[in-house]
Amino acid sequence: MAGVVLLVVLWELYKALGPATGVVIGDLTVLPRTTDLAMPHVWDMIGRLFEPSGSGRNAVPVWLAVVQASLFSLGVAAVGWVVGVFVGLLLAILMQRFRTAESAVLPWIILSQTVPLIAIAPLVKRWGSTIEIGTFTWENWMSVAVIASYLAFFPVSVGALRGLNSPDAIHVELFRSYGVGWWKTLFTLRLPASVPYLLPALRLAAANAVIGTVVAEVSIGLRGGIGRMIIEFAQQASGDPARTWAPIFGAIAIGLVAAGFIALLGVLLRRYRRGEVPA
Amino acid sequence: MKHSTRLLAMGAIAATAIALAGCSSGGSSSSSTDSATSGALTPVKLQLQWYSQAQFAGYYAALDQGYYKDEGLDVSILEGAADIVPIDTLTSGQADYAISWVPKVLGSIEQGAAVTDVAQIFERSGTTQISMKSAGITTPADLKGKTVGSWGYGNEWELFAGMQKAGVGVGDISLVSQAFDMNGFLAGDIQAAQAMTYNEYAQVLETVNPATGKLYQPSDLNVIDWNTAGTAMLQDAVWADSTRLADDPAYADTTVKFIKASIKGWAYARDNPEEAAKIVTASGSQLGESHQLWMTNEVNKLIWPSENGVGMINQNEWDQTVSIAKGTKNETGATIITSDPPATAFSNEYVTKALDELKAEGVDVNGTSFKPITVTLKEGGK
Repeated sequence: MAGVVLLVVLWELYKALGPATGVVIGDLTVLPRTTDLAMPHVWDMIGRLFEPSGSGRNAVPVWLAVVQASLFSLGVAAVGWVVGVFVGLLLAILMQRFRTAESAVLPWIILSQTVPLIAIAPLVKRWGSTIEIGTFTWENWMSVAVIASYLAFFPVSVGALRGLNSPDAIHVELFRSYGVGWWKTLFTLRLPASVPYLLPALRLAAANAVIGTVVAEVSIGLRGGIGRMIIEFAQQASGDPARTWAPIFGAIAIGLVAAGFIALLGVLLRRYRRGEVPA
Repeated sequence: MKHSTRLLAMGAIAATAIALAGCSSGGSSSSSTDSATSGALTPVKLQLQWYSQAQFAGYYAALDQGYYKDEGLDVSILEGAADIVPIDTLTSGQADYAISWVPKVLGSIEQGAAVTDVAQIFERSGTTQISMKSAGITTPADLKGKTVGSWGYGNEWELFAGMQKAGVGVGDISLVSQAFDMNGFLAGDIQAAQAMTYNEYAQVLETVNPATGKLYQPSDLNVIDWNTAGTAMLQDAVWADSTRLADDPAYADTTVKFIKASIKGWAYARDNPEEAAKIVTASGSQLGESHQLWMTNEVNKLIWPSENGVGMINQNEWDQTVSIAKGTKNETGATIITSDPPATAFSNEYVTKALDELKAEGVDVNGTSFKPITVTLKEGGK
């Protein structure tokens, strides 16, 4: 909270004291301009939240429209996160079990993250729209969730693999000498030991899922989410610069909720977090 | 060890290839069953270039007023987005028709897309280059040595052609990539900014001029109109799949019906601009009320009056677009196309039928008496 207040104070202070043309070194602007167009007042941004967002049927206050859009995006991001975590864990377990799988799959996993998101988003949408199984039809929000999971699975698979391999050799050998099978070793030794590695990975995955959702929404134009709202408001940024910030606040809120959820998860799993260095 | 990795990698590639092949064949078969199962109405998907806004008022009006239904069509309108290329959606079979600018599509056609311009809805170009009066830029020749903004992505060709015609090389200006909004222009970073008459130009007029405390007025601005500069290119057109037009008589028939109902929608937008703007807003557009109405009115000006009837492709305008596409070099020295497009690139066959039917019904498809309304923009377009 203090951090937010500090940010607001800094913003307004710079706006009040900084030169209107920004700080320019040579031809390069190193600090932004302080005009209302470039840096609207914080109270204008908040004031805009209570104005109607559109006309006719869309005439709800901006804050409500932002909350609705944020909840929608959060839902899509959550689906993407769950799918991503599931796939990531599966891959990690597979890689832990079979050395060959690790050397075969790991490079692909890393390679997958070098593909630019804007390149795969329309492709996912196109492939998705050709899927039709019985009464099930592919919806556009599913494409967005797939893209979110595509970003989310990566930290989970890498973090979980590290965690699964983390038990001391002495413990693993103890299990082996008692003749404990691989599955039981996995559930009673490896998975609990991986929790300290898994939690930061899950947090990264949550952040990635939110970013993936917002970017994919922009990319394929999914209606209802915060990503599209950012673009729609940004298009009117010249006439009403303060309004542009409303959906950005929404996107920040989604990130905070997602991070809070992972913190909650960490509390639930605290008995497995022995030896974790507090972050 | 190394060997098995390579085998696995090859296996993965093979599996992906098979999966992809399966996807694409599945797609084509499912679309044919679609049309067979639904009853009286033929499902039609229309891909737009951008989000719902009055630029597409005619299609939304035709949908809202039931003109498509009257023709036996069940039209769903697919909105565009940042990374959606309408022609790709059309050629991949996810849409039956697409709205796109002609020069952008000419490039796709040269790269192998089999699409046909079946109705040229916008007869005039809405692209302009605007500047503050103080900059003194009134002709393309004045752009020399100035900071000139452009969105790129195929929106720059009229500008480059206009400059080339006036003897200004791409190297003579400093080209700036322009964002969605007009902030760069208003802050003075861009001296001559690209602006559509129906959108960005209005955005400037919706902004308070810090010097006067009132909104910017048209008298504060200089506008270079590519229609008068002689380098206008054809913009919003209805594109159809050439292969299906040739092989599928039902699709060809649907095309006529679709064009007919769409033109009827545009006639509605001409005669009822206020209602048309409301229809677009109700379809989910976030644009403000006065901005939406302004856009409807400006788009009407690009369509009406229409010399030969809306949608007719005039050979000389088409030729001008093609010759600019062939002869104009961008900042990398490339042109849109290197040779003339195939004969299938446009066809007046379907629009002629549609116009004949409309005239028989007494619909005014020329709008000779069209008079634009006067729209007063409010701050922020509200």
